[in-house]
Amino acid sequence: MKRTSVLIIGAGAVGCAIARELSKYDLEVTFLDKNTDVGGDASKSNSSIIHTGYDASPGTLESRLVVAANPMYDRLCKSLDVPFQRIGAILPAFNEEQFEQLPFIKEKAFQNGVYDVEYRSGEDLLNMEPMLNPRVMGGLFIPRESIIDPFVYVVALAENAVQNGAKLILEAKVLDLIREGDAIVGVKTTKGEFLANWIINASGLYCEEIARMAGKADYKVNPRRGQFYILDRDTPCKVKRIVLPIPTKRTKGKLISPMIHGNLLLGPTAEDLSDKTNHDTSTEGLASVAADVRRLVPDIRIGDTITQFSGLRPNRVPAGFNIDVYDDLAGYLNISGVRSTGLTASIAIGKYVAHTLGQVGLEMRLRDDFNPVRKGIQRMVDLSPGQRARKITEDPSYGRIICRCESVTEGEIIEAIRSPIPARSIDAIKRRLRAGMGRCQGGFCGPKVIQILARELGLTDDAVIKSDPGSNPVVRATRKEVSQ
Amino acid sequence: MIEYTCDVAVIGAGPAGLAAASSAREAGAEKVWLIERDCEPGGILQQCIHPGFGLAYFDEELTGPEYAARFYDKAVDLGVQFSFDTTVLAIEKGNILRCLSPRGESLINAKSIVLAMGCRERTRGNLIIAGSRPAGVITAGAAQRMINIQNQMIGNKVLILGSGDIGMIMARRLRLEGVEVVGVVEILPYLSGLTRNKLQCLDDFDIPLLLSHTVTRVEGYPRVEAVYVAAVDEKNDPVLASEERIECDTLLLSVGLIPENELSRNAGIELDAVTGGPVVDSDLQTSVPGIFCCGNVLHVNDLVDHVSVESELAGENAALYALGKLPSDSKLIPVQAGHMVRYVCPSVIRQRSGKSTLYFRVTKPAKHVDLQISDGTKIVWMKSHLRVNPGEMEAVCIPTADLVGPEITINVLPQ
Ligand SMILES: Cc1cc2nc3c(=O)[nH]c(=O)nc-3n(C[C@H](O)[C@H](O)[C@H](O)COP(=O)(O)OP(=O)(O)OC[C@H]3O[C@@H](n4cnc5c(N)ncnc54)[C@H](O)[C@@H]3O)c2cc1C
Ligand SMILES: Cc1cc2nc3c(=O)[nH]c(=O)nc-3n(C[C@H](O)[C@H](O)[C@H](O)COP(=O)(O)OP(=O)(O)OC[C@H]3O[C@@H](n4cnc5c(N)ncnc54)[C@H](O)[C@@H]3O)c2cc1C
Repeated sequence: MKRTSVLIIGAGAVGCAIARELSKYDLEVTFLDKNTDVGGDASKSNSSIIHTGYDASPGTLESRLVVAANPMYDRLCKSLDVPFQRIGAILPAFNEEQFEQLPFIKEKAFQNGVYDVEYRSGEDLLNMEPMLNPRVMGGLFIPRESIIDPFVYVVALAENAVQNGAKLILEAKVLDLIREGDAIVGVKTTKGEFLANWIINASGLYCEEIARMAGKADYKVNPRRGQFYILDRDTPCKVKRIVLPIPTKRTKGKLISPMIHGNLLLGPTAEDLSDKTNHDTSTEGLASVAADVRRLVPDIRIGDTITQFSGLRPNRVPAGFNIDVYDDLAGYLNISGVRSTGLTASIAIGKYVAHTLGQVGLEMRLRDDFNPVRKGIQRMVDLSPGQRARKITEDPSYGRIICRCESVTEGEIIEAIRSPIPARSIDAIKRRLRAGMGRCQGGFCGPKVIQILARELGLTDDAVIKSDPGSNPVVRATRKEVSQ
Repeated sequence: MIEYTCDVAVIGAGPAGLAAASSAREAGAEKVWLIERDCEPGGILQQCIHPGFGLAYFDEELTGPEYAARFYDKAVDLGVQFSFDTTVLAIEKGNILRCLSPRGESLINAKSIVLAMGCRERTRGNLIIAGSRPAGVITAGAAQRMINIQNQMIGNKVLILGSGDIGMIMARRLRLEGVEVVGVVEILPYLSGLTRNKLQCLDDFDIPLLLSHTVTRVEGYPRVEAVYVAAVDEKNDPVLASEERIECDTLLLSVGLIPENELSRNAGIELDAVTGGPVVDSDLQTSVPGIFCCGNVLHVNDLVDHVSVESELAGENAALYALGKLPSDSKLIPVQAGHMVRYVCPSVIRQRSGKSTLYFRVTKPAKHVDLQISDGTKIVWMKSHLRVNPGEMEAVCIPTADLVGPEITINVLPQ
């Protein structure tokens, strides 16, 4: 069997960032995932904020990685064609107790090297955000807190890695690691065995299970659920910046954030669960989000919600980001505890891992033909009328709207199905193009997308899936023969 | 970019748009242009293959496609121009339509416009139903399209939430396809659709209807395995002690329609908070001069026959406007929703020699009531009803010439 230099388990933000970073070097890189698409688990259900690290625990690896990562996003997102916006955040205090915490939070930010956090008076904050609870006494302004399209971000990392020669294997669940003496030399998966000089565990919530296969699980991980509401773009009560609550010991609390495509995000909760497959929302959890965010912005209209979702943070005990290599186990790098800021940290984790591999002896020779540029699917709505006309002349399917809420055309959907990492499910198309993410939630385009997927992939309608295997919206044909 | 001009442009070739386009031609508009994003005419009626259409308009019972075909044929005969496979992206200043189709992008400069875009369905997200997010949760209209047009079955064991007409019609449709329908669950203490649909679609097939209940949670992944159903209290909050797990692989949602007014909103047209449709006068003209509106985009209709009549008026007035013949100086009399009335459409009467039709819905079901219209000084119209129902729209046609009061109010009063 052929042996690759590096094999990465997990194609979430962290795994894909590592794959892309390593594809800059003269290495054979493979990344694999159990899912049908890249995008990860936590990486597709989070607050989509690129944090500054102002509130990290100073001196920790998390603090270093997050603080280092934030400034990288301007260039990275330009180069990878990822929607990203530096909208800034405010941290308002509404009572004496909260107000008294502000200097400590600012001091902590300073210790983390986030020097641009500033105090603002209540009046200033109300001028910045008129919908804010008028009882605001003052607060902090954190100018570099930013928002990103997390789906496109991970797809872009993965595509760019693949363009540069990395190999992606999907629907390959790692069942065990292959050991030879004091070294890990490969993985056993549902798609067979793969050998590699280095195996990297970037499996997020499952980092404990993989580490146990390596005999290195000296920690526990449980899922900490976060539930969210997404509100319609046209909801009348909106904010321009991220509005953060004063954090408690347990979490950053429930925030209100504009989303990169104009919606509003409310959440998340922080609930410790034991079942790692539980992606449910709960009535109580959602009610607590509604109650808490109303303290920040009283007029927020929960009734304008178009959808709700939940995500699972890998809560490591003991807590903290850990990136480990071992004296007594060659060929294995373990990442664990990437909990609440991993979307942000991912890009820095990629660099940190590359550096670590170099230090432990992997030959890291930069390639001279690495192409850092990845072009996304050009959205018809973003083009000028002249550009649109040219596209339609070349291919008329760019003139046919399929998703009316987000104005996605058939041409764009076909492009996603034929892209470097082909979209092969309804959700894969949704994440790349937003088709079905708007206010009708796929009621209109869903049936059409099923037909396009079936046609393009040469499947029968009942073989088209929403997300994972078994999520087939069509169970059979109504009539066996259709006479035309 | 290709630019065109026309007298009347109609957006949407459902029953509303088809009727409006024909009547615009009949009222003298030279060039009437109908733009439809689908490849076929008929709108939602294409997928309504059941009978029950046309009883009022044609005095015959037709299927949806048959009903639509009559209006389409008429429009073709009258020389209405059609652009199919064409989506209106925006209504720009000066009543210009920006359109996109596989043939390219175009601008249509219209003297007047009729909005007939229909409606969309409320979703699981709007209702905030907790639980997992599997395949098998689907809105009734989407399911109807998949089953009746795309030849795709959506499940094997279905629970329906919402006793609206579409939900009940789908219950029967699924049963006829050999699918198990566990029941129809309705949060209100009464049916939200037409009584005749309960008789023909549920009772005839022994499909149970569970009033004052709702779905609290969805279970299962990657496909629905069960839903939880609970009784609700007076405030419509679920009583968790009564929660019961019902096995099924599909949750079909028939929980309301929302007029599709993205184009209208972006064009600056004033919308009504209750109906979700544009605010119109009795000419069916919106707050933007020269833009008229009819059908489900104006307010959600249960009977297509009403839609056709209303849309003919919109088309006629759009034609008169284009020809410069629509009087704009008539006295305006506001119309109010009074006791037990949820909304009235139109919300303003333009006083002329003819008659005006007022469409309205009651807030709750009642028996033995008087429908009463007063103009502030006297009762101008009254009729007794054995029963009224929010699911059944009322239509009243009154002469407007001798209305004197400052405003008109519709009341529904117990006898
Ligand atoms: C509610 C919530 C809000 C958050 N908000 C933010 C935020 O605003 N900003 C921020 O920076 N971070 C945020 N985070 C954290 C961030 O989402 C995560 O830290 C980050 O996504 C972790 O990425 P990952 O690649 O490690 O994990 P994942 O995205 O979970 O990817 C792990 C991948 O490994 C695969 N895998 C697991 N086991 C196996 C196996 N045995 N075989 C094959 N593949 C396997 C999985 O299928 C998955 O695709 C939030 C997280 C949550 C849950
Ligand atoms: C499932 C269902 C069952 C029903 N059953 C009955 C029944 O049994 N009996 C009865 O009398 N009535 C019934 N009705 C009611 C009746 O069908 C509707 O009231 C009627 O179809 C509304 O007509 P419309 O033209 O306003 O909307 P639609 O029929 O929805 O037509 C709107 C058209 O506009 C097009 N459109 C929208 N936006 C754009 C755009 N931007 N550009 C181009 N085109 C656009 C759409 O593609 C569509 O073709 C039923 C309705 C439904 C939904």
